[in-house]
Amino acid sequence: MTSTLRPPPPAPPSSPKQAQSPAPRSPRRGRSWRQALRRDWQLYSLTILPLLFFLVFRYLPMLGNIIAFRRFKPGGNIFGEYWVGLRYFRMFLTDPTFWEVFTNTLVLGTLTLLFCFPLPIVLALLLNEVRARRFKRFVQSVSYLPHFLSIVIVAAMVMQLTSIEGTANQLVKLFGGDPVAFLQRPEWFRTIYVSSEVWQTVGWGTILYLAALTTIDEDLYEAARIDGAGRLRQTWHVTLPGIRPTMVTLLILNIGSFLAVGFEKILLLYNPLTYPTADVVSTYLFRMGFQSSNFSYAAAIGLFEAVIGLVLVLSANVISRRTVGTSLW
Amino acid sequence: MVILGTKTDAPKTRGPDDSRGYRVFRVVNTVVLIGVVVATLYPFLNIVARSLSEEAYIIAGKVTIFPRGFDLTAYKLLMSDALFWTNYRNTVVYTVVATLISIVLTTCYAYVLSKPQLKGRTFLIGVALFTMFFSGGLIPNYVLVTSLGMKNTIWAVVIPNAISVFNLLVMKAFFESLPSELEEAAAVDGLNTYGILLRIVLPLSKAIIATMVLFYAVSFWNSWFTAFLYIDQQDLLPVTVYLRNLIAGATDAQQSGAAAADVVQAAATLQAVTIVLTTLPILAVYPFVQRYFVRGVMLGAVKG
Repeated sequence: MTSTLRPPPPAPPSSPKQAQSPAPRSPRRGRSWRQALRRDWQLYSLTILPLLFFLVFRYLPMLGNIIAFRRFKPGGNIFGEYWVGLRYFRMFLTDPTFWEVFTNTLVLGTLTLLFCFPLPIVLALLLNEVRARRFKRFVQSVSYLPHFLSIVIVAAMVMQLTSIEGTANQLVKLFGGDPVAFLQRPEWFRTIYVSSEVWQTVGWGTILYLAALTTIDEDLYEAARIDGAGRLRQTWHVTLPGIRPTMVTLLILNIGSFLAVGFEKILLLYNPLTYPTADVVSTYLFRMGFQSSNFSYAAAIGLFEAVIGLVLVLSANVISRRTVGTSLW
Repeated sequence: MVILGTKTDAPKTRGPDDSRGYRVFRVVNTVVLIGVVVATLYPFLNIVARSLSEEAYIIAGKVTIFPRGFDLTAYKLLMSDALFWTNYRNTVVYTVVATLISIVLTTCYAYVLSKPQLKGRTFLIGVALFTMFFSGGLIPNYVLVTSLGMKNTIWAVVIPNAISVFNLLVMKAFFESLPSELEEAAAVDGLNTYGILLRIVLPLSKAIIATMVLFYAVSFWNSWFTAFLYIDQQDLLPVTVYLRNLIAGATDAQQSGAAAADVVQAAATLQAVTIVLTTLPILAVYPFVQRYFVRGVMLGAVKG
């Protein structure tokens, strides 16, 4: 036996006798760490580079948020020059633009959740009723395709479709309207954003539901039918409960990323004319940081956003564990 | 969350109760699904048609899914742009290097995490999982990468996103599913951990490694924001940022009024051509690799 294989773990105190033995805990633990290191050092050595990566590129930036509480000079100390307390937090909490972009974020996040969460379920249920296998597989393959495109390409496509001479305006003209510069109009931005989001994510989102659908016990349908349930009631009482764990898991994940609305896509699609509806917290932060070079201010906003995101996931998780008994961890 | 599998699309013949209402539903369903296919494909066809059309037809708003006034000028124009090719080559280089780094790091870490009795395993998993739900944010990351002197180098693009925790979990789930007897036998034969990983485990993991290569390669091929943020030198940019600059330029011109209308229109076909040439590699391999993606997602979900 060498390193990879460890003897079975030290048996848990199964017999009461062992449990009672008043062995002092800490020295024993120390010894077992030493043993673990001696036995598994090769395994541990494999974690060095990945841990270094997490430490430097994931945890160090978390510490770097300290500049939200300190005066920061570009090119100076990466942890800032001196403490300023909560100045930058007070600054954005009293900044009317911040609340405007915060509202926009909530609206876009809610709309995205409202459409991008249920539509894959609907599509999966529809696909599930298809009996012609090849047709089903064809629809699936096509609907997954947009998932593989770069956001830049999606944004470029959106621009072409909504341009003055693009398809959207061809339709407008067909019905006798005047061409609209959709991307210059704040009232159109939400529609454009959400529909492009649906276009890109709905097909890929069905994968997990389709997999979950295949695990539903056929006997349940049989039983429902004997009880006189038609197709619709079978779907309501058997199919939907059957995929509920998947739905809850994905809902939690969706809620967790609620505030992180498609930053990159908005950055590509918005412009000063559409700021009233399109500007969100992350894009505002981006402009504050990189156009106004106010790093500390932007970091304060970013920290605020990240903390809210974390709180959202944790609470969604707790709520779902309490109510439906499914949780991420 | 338990998701078993791959016995997908067994047609559900839930008995002979096909009422008339249900038959109507099936017709409607088919129509709806065809609608989904058309709506998904239309933007692609529209772009290809635009890229092949004469400028005048596009301006007149006459191009839908068939090219009008077949014209390859824009293709020739783009093909002769040296910067486009330099950027395209950068995309290839960045993708290859980044994928290599990612695969090595992810495989090492996932393999260690898959060892159930390893002391400190929960901690190691926690280190990775936490970063899924909390991140340092844009500004501290930027400050860090800049102060490491990585700006305007390939490293700014390939290192900061080297490990995707989702991919890590997928791989860990796969390693956990391997029978431990093989590794035990290899250990008895005197192989050390590295030997077991290289000679026993990896040869058994070709499928999952292929899936991981695809996951990473596609995400690096498509990424633009990291390069946009950290690279100022034109000849170091990937092709996605080339396209971004093209569309951003067109938008700026549009805003600056009618005088620039010519620029906008010239850009319309050029944009379409750039989109086509950037998407082409992905579309070309997509039919062959799609199932690996689907399998990878499901494997990740089992442990989700």
